Amino acid sequence: MNRQIRRVAVFVLALFFLMFSAPFYWQVVEGDKLANDPRNARKLFKEYSLERGKMVLPDGQPVAISVATPDALKFKRTYPQGDHYGMVTGYYSLVFGSSLAESAFNTYLVGKAPEQFAQNLVDLFTARSSPGGTLRLTIDPNTQATAERELRQRKGAVVALDYKTGKVLAMTTFPRYDPNQLSSHDSDQIRANWNRLLKDPDQPLLNRATDALYPPGSTFKVVTASAALEDGVRADEPLPSPNAYTPPKTSKPIRNFGGETCSASGQLTMPDALAISCNTTFAALGNRLGPAKLSDEAEKFGLNAESPYQLRSATSSIPRDLDPPATAQSAIGQRDVRVTPLQMATVAATIANGGKRMAPHVVDEVIDNDGKRVKQFANDSLGQAIPGNVAEQVKSMMGQVVERGTGTFAKIPGVQVFGKTGTAQNATGAAPHAWFIGFAEQGNRSIAVAVVIENGGNLGSEATGGRVAAPVAREVMKTYFGAGQ
Amino acid sequence: MGSRRNLELSLLILALGLSIGGYVIVGLVADNRIPAGVIGYGATLVVLFIGAHLVLRFKAPQADPVLLPGAALLNGLGLVMVRRLDYPATAAGHQAQAPSQALWTVLGVSFFAAVIFLVTSHRTLDRYRYTWLLGGLFLLMLPALPGIGREINGARLWVGVGPFTGQPSEAAKIALVVFLGAYLAERKELLATATYRAGPFLLPEIKYFLPLVMAWGVSLFVLLAEKDLGSSLLFFGMFVILLYVATGRFSYVAAGLVLFMAGAVFAWSQFAHVQVRVSAWLDPWKIYPNRGSFQLVQGLFSLATGGILGEGWNQGHPNQIPFASTDFIFDAFGEELGLLGVTALLLVYLLMVFRGLRVALAANDDFGKLLSLGLVASFALQVFVIVGGVTRLIPLTGITLPFVSYGGSSLVANYALVALLCRVSHDSAPAPAQAPDTVPDVAPGVGEVTVAR
Repeated sequence: MNRQIRRVAVFVLALFFLMFSAPFYWQVVEGDKLANDPRNARKLFKEYSLERGKMVLPDGQPVAISVATPDALKFKRTYPQGDHYGMVTGYYSLVFGSSLAESAFNTYLVGKAPEQFAQNLVDLFTARSSPGGTLRLTIDPNTQATAERELRQRKGAVVALDYKTGKVLAMTTFPRYDPNQLSSHDSDQIRANWNRLLKDPDQPLLNRATDALYPPGSTFKVVTASAALEDGVRADEPLPSPNAYTPPKTSKPIRNFGGETCSASGQLTMPDALAISCNTTFAALGNRLGPAKLSDEAEKFGLNAESPYQLRSATSSIPRDLDPPATAQSAIGQRDVRVTPLQMATVAATIANGGKRMAPHVVDEVIDNDGKRVKQFANDSLGQAIPGNVAEQVKSMMGQVVERGTGTFAKIPGVQVFGKTGTAQNATGAAPHAWFIGFAEQGNRSIAVAVVIENGGNLGSEATGGRVAAPVAREVMKTYFGAGQ
Repeated sequence: MGSRRNLELSLLILALGLSIGGYVIVGLVADNRIPAGVIGYGATLVVLFIGAHLVLRFKAPQADPVLLPGAALLNGLGLVMVRRLDYPATAAGHQAQAPSQALWTVLGVSFFAAVIFLVTSHRTLDRYRYTWLLGGLFLLMLPALPGIGREINGARLWVGVGPFTGQPSEAAKIALVVFLGAYLAERKELLATATYRAGPFLLPEIKYFLPLVMAWGVSLFVLLAEKDLGSSLLFFGMFVILLYVATGRFSYVAAGLVLFMAGAVFAWSQFAHVQVRVSAWLDPWKIYPNRGSFQLVQGLFSLATGGILGEGWNQGHPNQIPFASTDFIFDAFGEELGLLGVTALLLVYLLMVFRGLRVALAANDDFGKLLSLGLVASFALQVFVIVGGVTRLIPLTGITLPFVSYGGSSLVANYALVALLCRVSHDSAPAPAQAPDTVPDVAPGVGEVTVAR
């Protein structure tokens, strides 16, 4: 019988060989693939079991925190400020991943950035748990609150930058969504909320401040003016400003808003033309410069290039090979010029900052658990975009827009405000978008603002852009200065 | 012979240390402190297994020294895993399983001691062979009886009286091995003597063959009626192996395989749940997350996430797998202790199986050989059926991983199985046969005891 028993032993050995091989196959050969399979919830559990870093405002007020929960996903991402900061924090969702700061600064938030390595090593030896880094944002809560309040329930966006540093002081959009709706631990609920937001025709998931592309309308005239000055057109030079300007190669004339007359003499200097926002002056000027110089100038301010903003943002653009009719229309910010409010705030900020363009940023620094700085995001200068004297002249023209032109609604007693209004035509028959870009300085506080209110203008009057959008910018500036006193 | 028991004691201390250490780590990870229950858990295990060790020292000093520590290690680690799975399970409102598993461990080890005490020689079992047959068949049929039978997860292999449930097929397995061992030991020559030629097969005279076919058929019928594929496969394999070893005729294996194939095809064509199991095995990804393959795919995710080193005790998410504490406990170990952990686990099984085969080789009577071989074969097959099932080697059938899975009847039955192997190994030791109670008492630690040869 022992011979048979030995054969059974061989058979048993073969069974064990199979049993040893199977886990080897699943844990080593197929291991990485299955461990990272999107259907394998363990991957999410690992990420969620970390206490993800906070996001706080400069005063320490939290806008994104991780709250311990008793369920398997040990921490729940919570946004204590509801929908007020979702356009910066983004969401952190079990089902839909993450967006904006949650996504772009993920390595810092989970504590895996190279700058955090040394601290992690210390924590390892001192057996201290090592939660992720805290992001300190640049947003000024009072200015943010005013921007949101003044935008009211109107579709559009407000962006305010500190033009000397590029810090985002305020950024709001309407309609908004509350990222808490996407960060629960109930995936069915997340999906329902997501579908509702996605189907909403008003697109609450769209951050209009950085991701919506609008025609800039007359606010673009500051770019055209800047191009003209750089090309040698003098500020006191009389420029043709007829009631209707018909560019070459078309029979369709460009008129002023409401068919207004810019000047009885048919001639205007650049400051006068900008103050009343005369379309024909700048349309003609556009063709005098030609499409290359116009788009070159726009590119100096950042168009046609990926936004240097830290978070996801749409690329503003101007076509490069334009025929004369298109050049004329582009020079007044119509046709195919498309910009984000953040881009137009950058245009205003660059002029305000003497032609030096600063990269807009909303995350100021990363700090560790003990409040020690791990990483600071410098106030990055993107260089001298336009010559200082050109910036100075455009600035003075923008001063007159507010002083005596279309932008008088932006006036603040005791502070000189610079600005430019816009009433951008978009879809046929729809009311134009109301724009205002501007800046001001008081004490050590400097601010540039861009406001857009969708369909907020009136086709009949160029001045409506100023009447609708400029007051929003004014209140935002006032709040920022008020907070500085 | 004293050295055998001293080796056993050292191995037991190692097994207890690993189990108690695992328990402490699970608690540390969960609550950041040493769990309060560790004293109770540790003391219970120490008292139980040192007690079982002393019983062997006095009642079966020549018994194999590896089997008891192997069972202790598997049982201890299984308890730790069941306790670990309780953390998320109780948080989700399920009842804790560890307390009842601990109670069953006490019963199981006590049963081990009882078998060593009561079965003074394995040969005494030989006398009641038809009692074992009837008892085994009765136990097998219990779950099919209306009133006390319970169907859980599609298989009707449970009996329940009030709150108590059990799987009698575990005990039936042992009873039938005892019967078959006794029956085959007596009739192996007759069975091996061909009198009929049927095609390429030489068959023994029908009257010797008939009881066997009956035992075979009845157990299969009952198992198919109870829809328990795992046990069915297990019984079949065990019968075939015993027949082959007893007779040395490969034709039994071939016939067994043919019958098995026919049974498998029949089961597949007749039972929807078998078809689901087979398609889940052939392509689990295609029908995922359909319920048919959800469990298997979760098990494979669990293994994959564990990788080579594992996530560490209580740091993975094995509770993602439905029934992680029973059928899928092997994958739970794979996730938390990694490939190294499951390989170690399999090595413990391999070691126990080879010690068991050694017992069969060394046994000096046919009944002892067949009994121990049948026990070892059923043990090894059971490990293969469940480990193969949860690693997609074979279609998944729900049976327990011996000593590790949550489940009381399985635990008690496996302790009885190991106790019988210990008994046979003591009885066949090369020392002169003497009544076990006349072996001089030995105090632990005294060491070698010389016995006149």
